[in-house]
Amino acid sequence: MTKESSIVYRTVSDVRGPLLIVKHTHNVGYNEVVKIRSPSGEMLTGTVLETGRGKAVIQVFEGTRGLDADKTAVRFTGDTLKLPVSTEILGRVLDGSGNPLDKGPPLTAEDHRDINGSPINPYARQYPRQPIQTGLSVIDGLNTLVRGQKLPIFSGSGLPHNRIAAQIVRQAEIPGEKSDFAIVFAAMGITATEAQFFMNSFEETGALEHTALFLNLANDPAIERIITPRAALTAAEYLAYEADLHVLVILTDMTNYAEALREISAARSEVPGRRGYPCYLYTDFSMIYERAGRIRGRKGTVTQMPILSMPQDDMTHPIPDLSGYITEGQMIVARDLHRRGIYPPIDPGPSLSRLMKEGIGKGMTRFDHKELQAQLYYGYSEGRDFRDLVTVVGAEALTDRDQKYLAFADRFEQEFINQGDHENRSFEETLDLGWNLLSEFPERELKRCDTKTIGWARERGVYAYS
Amino acid sequence: MKPDIGYIENIAGPVIKAGGLPSARMYEVVRVGKEQLIGEVIEVGEHFCIIQCYEETSGIAPGEPVAATGDTLSVELGPGLLGAIYDGLQRPLPELKEISGDFISRGLTVEGLDKEKKWKFTPVVKVGANVVPGDIIGEVPETGIITSKIMIPRGIEGEIVEIVAKGEHTVVETICKVKDMHNTVHEVIMMQKTPVRIGRAFKERVAFDTPLLTGQRVIDTFMPLAKGGTGGIPGGFGTGKTVTLHQFAKWADAQVVVYVGCGERGNEMTEALEEWPKLNDPQSGKPLMDRTVLIANTSNMPVAAREASIYVGVTIAEYFRDQGFDVALMADSTSRWAEALREISGRLGQLPSEEGYPAYLGSRLAQFYERGGRVKPLGSDDRLGSITICGAVSPPGGDFSEPVTQATLRIVKVFWALDKDLAARRFFPAINVLTSYSLYHITLEQWHKENLGPDWPELVRDSLALLQKDQELREIVQLVGPDALPESERAVLEAARMIKEDFLTQSALHEIDTYCPIGKTYRMLRTIVKFSRQMAAAVKLGVSVRRILEFSVLDSIARMKTIPWDSYEGTIDAIDDRIDREFQSLFTEPDGSGVLMPGVVE
Ligand SMILES: Nc1ncnc2c1ncn2[C@@H]1O[C@H](COP(=O)(O)OP(=O)(O)OP(=O)(O)O)[C@@H](O)[C@H]1O
Ligand SMILES: [Mg+2]
Repeated sequence: MTKESSIVYRTVSDVRGPLLIVKHTHNVGYNEVVKIRSPSGEMLTGTVLETGRGKAVIQVFEGTRGLDADKTAVRFTGDTLKLPVSTEILGRVLDGSGNPLDKGPPLTAEDHRDINGSPINPYARQYPRQPIQTGLSVIDGLNTLVRGQKLPIFSGSGLPHNRIAAQIVRQAEIPGEKSDFAIVFAAMGITATEAQFFMNSFEETGALEHTALFLNLANDPAIERIITPRAALTAAEYLAYEADLHVLVILTDMTNYAEALREISAARSEVPGRRGYPCYLYTDFSMIYERAGRIRGRKGTVTQMPILSMPQDDMTHPIPDLSGYITEGQMIVARDLHRRGIYPPIDPGPSLSRLMKEGIGKGMTRFDHKELQAQLYYGYSEGRDFRDLVTVVGAEALTDRDQKYLAFADRFEQEFINQGDHENRSFEETLDLGWNLLSEFPERELKRCDTKTIGWARERGVYAYS
Repeated sequence: MKPDIGYIENIAGPVIKAGGLPSARMYEVVRVGKEQLIGEVIEVGEHFCIIQCYEETSGIAPGEPVAATGDTLSVELGPGLLGAIYDGLQRPLPELKEISGDFISRGLTVEGLDKEKKWKFTPVVKVGANVVPGDIIGEVPETGIITSKIMIPRGIEGEIVEIVAKGEHTVVETICKVKDMHNTVHEVIMMQKTPVRIGRAFKERVAFDTPLLTGQRVIDTFMPLAKGGTGGIPGGFGTGKTVTLHQFAKWADAQVVVYVGCGERGNEMTEALEEWPKLNDPQSGKPLMDRTVLIANTSNMPVAAREASIYVGVTIAEYFRDQGFDVALMADSTSRWAEALREISGRLGQLPSEEGYPAYLGSRLAQFYERGGRVKPLGSDDRLGSITICGAVSPPGGDFSEPVTQATLRIVKVFWALDKDLAARRFFPAINVLTSYSLYHITLEQWHKENLGPDWPELVRDSLALLQKDQELREIVQLVGPDALPESERAVLEAARMIKEDFLTQSALHEIDTYCPIGKTYRMLRTIVKFSRQMAAAVKLGVSVRRILEFSVLDSIARMKTIPWDSYEGTIDAIDDRIDREFQSLFTEPDGSGVLMPGVVE
């Protein structure tokens, strides 16, 4: 695919938004990398979005400010975008395209990999089954994260998603296993303060030297955000599948990424989909999210935790909506829990981990996990229903049974969901805590649990209804 | 035929404009660029034609060659399909892995069927017999479950002049020779090649009369599917489309299952691949994979191949239908397929209709579902075959008013509405009984009465009425609190709670409850309705609901779900007896709720 092209074109015919249209091109490849020299001598990078005989449409990552039709020079490199990869990328700080930002040397390369990656053959995948203990009960107990999963955090402005993500990174482990891990952190359009928060948090736990940071901050070129997650995942795939590491990838904020995509789409006058986002947003997202996983016969894994902010806390907005259709569940950071001072304010109702079913139970977390989880869900949603009712008819109108559920929902939030920033609960602790809260209910109320399981919990002393 | 060679004029993503191919026909397969990527002609103009490319087009440049092949997109049909996993173009994924490793690269050519493998062929016709297309000339025990029938392909008709003896053959060896009326001799091989975009011919459609039993209580009871019917299952993300379709694939009493993962997650296909070979079909006791064909074109695989995958799947299903099997086809998700149409259409600059979808969305969807049905396949005998189609729909924002859901609802006869609130409560399957429907109740009534019991329609009607009433009462409770309800209405709430908790919820993850034989479904429903009737009668006589809720038989009712598949009869008989006894006891040992006359309760 490589061709040496030294022809420099000065035939820009049009500059439109982030796009550059070059005429009289000769057989330029689709998606090929383009080097652009602005009239003031600045070097910019782009890729080819459409190519025909004698014409190419280019998206410019840095934006087109300062480009003109007269002096701007364009060179087609004959190659698609590649990232030099090696384990030495760990500990480095790079820009959103993967160029060093720190004072370190240029990246060494074991290999140069196309940042778009290739789809994993579903036949080569191995189903993720190893539970990760995050130390947060609301996740571990109700929606367990599994190695190789893509589990996003859906949040909103002003909510503590970064704190949650940082705590997960700090605490995540597979109990009883010391394994080699790495973090790949891709920032897209977040503020320098937010980025610094993460870096401090990584530093605090000594994780920084296991971390590769790709930073495209709020004041960096917007279009570059299209490559940032791809470059980061290319590094992650190398670290996982070639260097046998368990890689946790944090992508934040996917909303900014989607906005960059929308900008390109609008500039190309494409038929817009919902809210002006391109019709292919689903497919585009999937090219990122599907790069999580586990491959048969390879030791490392890629686990993804994308963070995205929902405009107006609206879960039906195309960004969270399409993400939810691709990822293997979602963690919903809820404003009402946050307002009531519950941390982490993750709402169990709409949150989901689809891979948990295979990752919990006997031999993984504990045999009673599935039944207990179902019972806790039942209790909490019953209780919340009564909460709504009480506001209308008053607590006196409720039966004894209903009162119990009402009280349960409160304790569940205060004691189970709520925990400290530095409180790290084991699976055992989380599950025992769940039983403890269920002690308010007689056995026959616990229809989601087997009688034998309840007997076991009673014997263990964690379930104590009398 | 010497293929034409043209050149690439323009490239934008998967859409390629090519010139120099004057003889290109619609839907002809072409090879694009130096790497010979697979593409298909989707528009023919005077000087140029438009090609959708089934593989990633990065790095391909204008001027590169485009070669016509003269073929249309086709699949290879014959022994070897069962147990296979293909991509959207019928390329076997294990072979792709062999060639290109764990990641799928492009320009790979692999054929759908193994041409080396030998199959045990047993002829069922003799020399001298007259055959027409569709006639079965032999059998191949393909897997432990399915014996494939080898049929005379279309276009061949006449007298058998030669047929091999029982023995082992590959799918491309001549097994039979047929002399037609012009004395031309045609060679017949086991493999057939069929274009995917038009349905395989059959003699006629036949009426439905049998349910496709899914082993899922809520579905088999309240919105049953007929063998040959069509159903749509729309729902927002995480509401249970995939789990439900996987449940169908695992437990439905179809003979052959074709599962198309169309633009969905890689891990879901992996899950099927890892799990299904280990599960046994409850009917035959053989591994489920032996009756299954998987098509996996995940969301990150090229979008044009996603569009094709649905047709590849349904054509394979038709092939088994033509052999006389009952086939179930699951497509997860038809919305992703519709989006592929939209994406290609958008790149072609076609005038969009609603939400950017092309104007032909509805007709394409209808054409797809029309390929389902129960038919008399070609051939001189009167065998029947069916394809039942179930499609998942993924409406943006979970809003059913969007075009794909609406277009689907106009076509399918069964509608399973998934409910976000139920899913958030982990009430699974999260199917809303009151908004879902099946138009097959009447069609299937005969079957249900004969095979379950004459009271089935009544049980279904009564329990549905309870659920309906429950919904209304709940609205009242929201306004005035439960205290305001009279005892008789509290009894309704409790009966509805039993139906929901003890009957409707069914965990796909529970070893036993994951599948419920229809006989067990019937007995469970009968028992719960029986209880609710006796409760209503007792309450009418002045017994308090609270008193009835103390019955110990309620625990046993709640645990009926987990009674093993083969021994439920006796256990449920015993529960029925206990219900009678406990209600009886109300009257023989009068308590504070009033002295009652014995014998008033049924
Ligand atoms: N019958 C069931 N029993 C137990 N759990 C279920 C059942 N149905 C759904 N679930 C739970 O709901 C989760 C989501 O279901 P599923 O993956 O089928 O959703 P979906 O509708 O296909 O979503 P998407 O559109 O995002 O693919 C499952 O991972 C499982 O935890
Ligand atoms: Mg799904």
